[in-house]
Amino acid sequence: MPNTKQLEDFVSQVRRDIVRQVHGVSSGHPGGSLGCAEFFVALYQEVMKRKEGFDMDGKDEDLFFLSNGHISPVFYSVLARSGYFPVEELKTFRKIDSRLQGHPTTHEGLPGIRIASGSLGQGMSVALGAAQAKTLNGDDNLVYSLHGDGELQEGQNWEAILYAAGNKIDNLISTIDLNGQQIDGSTDDVLNMGSVRAKFEAFGWDVLDIEKGNDIEAIVAGLNEAKSRTGKGKPVCILLHTIMGHGVDFMMDGHAWHGKAPNDEQLEKALAQNPETLGDY
Amino acid sequence: MKKFTNSGNIDTRSGFGAGMDELGETHENVVALCADLTGSLKLNDFAKNHPERFFQTGIAEANMIGMAAGMTIGGKVPYATSFANFATGRVYDQIRQSVAYSNKNVKICASHAGLTLGEDGATHQILEDLGLMKMLPGMTVINPCDFNQTKAATKAIADHEGPVYLRFGRPSVPNFTEADGKFEIGKALHLVEGSDVTILATGHLVWHALEAAEELEEKGISAEVINIHTIKPLDDEAILNSIKKTRCVVTCEEHNYLGGLGESVSGLLAKNDPVYQEFVATNDTFGESGTPAQLMEKYGLNTKSIVKAVNKVLAKK
Repeated sequence: MPNTKQLEDFVSQVRRDIVRQVHGVSSGHPGGSLGCAEFFVALYQEVMKRKEGFDMDGKDEDLFFLSNGHISPVFYSVLARSGYFPVEELKTFRKIDSRLQGHPTTHEGLPGIRIASGSLGQGMSVALGAAQAKTLNGDDNLVYSLHGDGELQEGQNWEAILYAAGNKIDNLISTIDLNGQQIDGSTDDVLNMGSVRAKFEAFGWDVLDIEKGNDIEAIVAGLNEAKSRTGKGKPVCILLHTIMGHGVDFMMDGHAWHGKAPNDEQLEKALAQNPETLGDY
Repeated sequence: MKKFTNSGNIDTRSGFGAGMDELGETHENVVALCADLTGSLKLNDFAKNHPERFFQTGIAEANMIGMAAGMTIGGKVPYATSFANFATGRVYDQIRQSVAYSNKNVKICASHAGLTLGEDGATHQILEDLGLMKMLPGMTVINPCDFNQTKAATKAIADHEGPVYLRFGRPSVPNFTEADGKFEIGKALHLVEGSDVTILATGHLVWHALEAAEELEEKGISAEVINIHTIKPLDDEAILNSIKKTRCVVTCEEHNYLGGLGESVSGLLAKNDPVYQEFVATNDTFGESGTPAQLMEKYGLNTKSIVKAVNKVLAKK
């Protein structure tokens, strides 16, 4: 198991990969990607049970589904650096003939991806299906999913949230990235959702908060706590309190960097704040 | 001409239910999902005999399609079922992203397609579903004609890797194809040999096409009738070979002429061998309440309409 310093170094490299990918093609979504860097690293480097290599069925290992597919830069970086495909391939992000499409997809056969996402609100249903297939297969490993908070405005989520509790799906841990931001502004301004915790609890989920959603130790502890709550007749929800753009000072505080690429000067500033640790692609 | 015998009127959705009952015994990876329409889809026996493989999703079709996509991860073969309107139009984006683009082995099985669900009216009578589904890359689209063929198709798609849309209906209609016949996806069936006109029919209209061919024969017109049970992939060869002989075509379907079988045939012929074509289909319209027979008469989807269309196309030939 890597220690905290190693995980933090990993995060630093992932942040570099994120801003470099987005800068390289002058498009993409750095804000949410940066905010979830620690979560992805904790999940793939510490918490999830993973087999060597990749097969679509993922039997006898934990599975992860990204519902808010626009944060593909962080997903691609962590998948590549966890051994699913060559790190060099990050330079093809969003370019013609690439397996690294703007939003993640199985269509070009990129290892590590099990479903296309991008059109929002569909990932929890898919994760639920995979969780139930695991139960049918007698496979006691877990299914994880990640969703944006703004994404909860899509109605399909609430169909899934209702179904999961009603059918006692307890091998699923769904994490909500509570950064409070979406394209048009803060989630409170665009469509105030009130208490996300109260809503999940009212639907019958077991909810826990990770208040320090950009602190690797807090995330690992929170994910382990969530794991301990599985198998008890309720789906588990983590409310991950993150800061959009975390780790690059000028991208933090607001929604400005949801879907905007840095220019050359901004890239240099961002990279200066995040030392190269594992080697740039 | 070759005669077909109706072994008794029965609904095509019961053919689906019968196929599912057999798959329950023969294919342990087949699972069924249904959005509060278990009885209407004839899944009661499957649900009773295989409760662990039956998933009642409630009235939540979007979640049903997503879950079906997820269940393929782990090797299940999900049959996601509802009325045709709610299994396609309502969940188009879920099918597009989570099933078709993700190339998941989901079987979308839809009953109550077209006008013949009758009295419920236009909110439930989808006439656009074939078009919606055939436009999705990688989607196989099947519209069988009777109980026996629906049962056979239901079983056949379990062994086909990839997303499928299977469309069937509510009314009792003649059952005339071979019991326990083999179903080959994409292979059109020549029912009647003829030389003056080609009638390409799908779904409930196939029986009407056979009746029309009999009427036409009495008037000395030799009609070739082909059952196009698979809209996509279309059996190009069978169609082009027939057209080579007859030099005109009538397409028949319980669907809008925009986006349906007729349009697929037009595209094929325009590229390869243009001939005159008439469309027995709805004409860019919604349906309404009525009995199935009244609706098929009013919207021009019966034997009489086919005979009329044949005469029209022959006059142009």
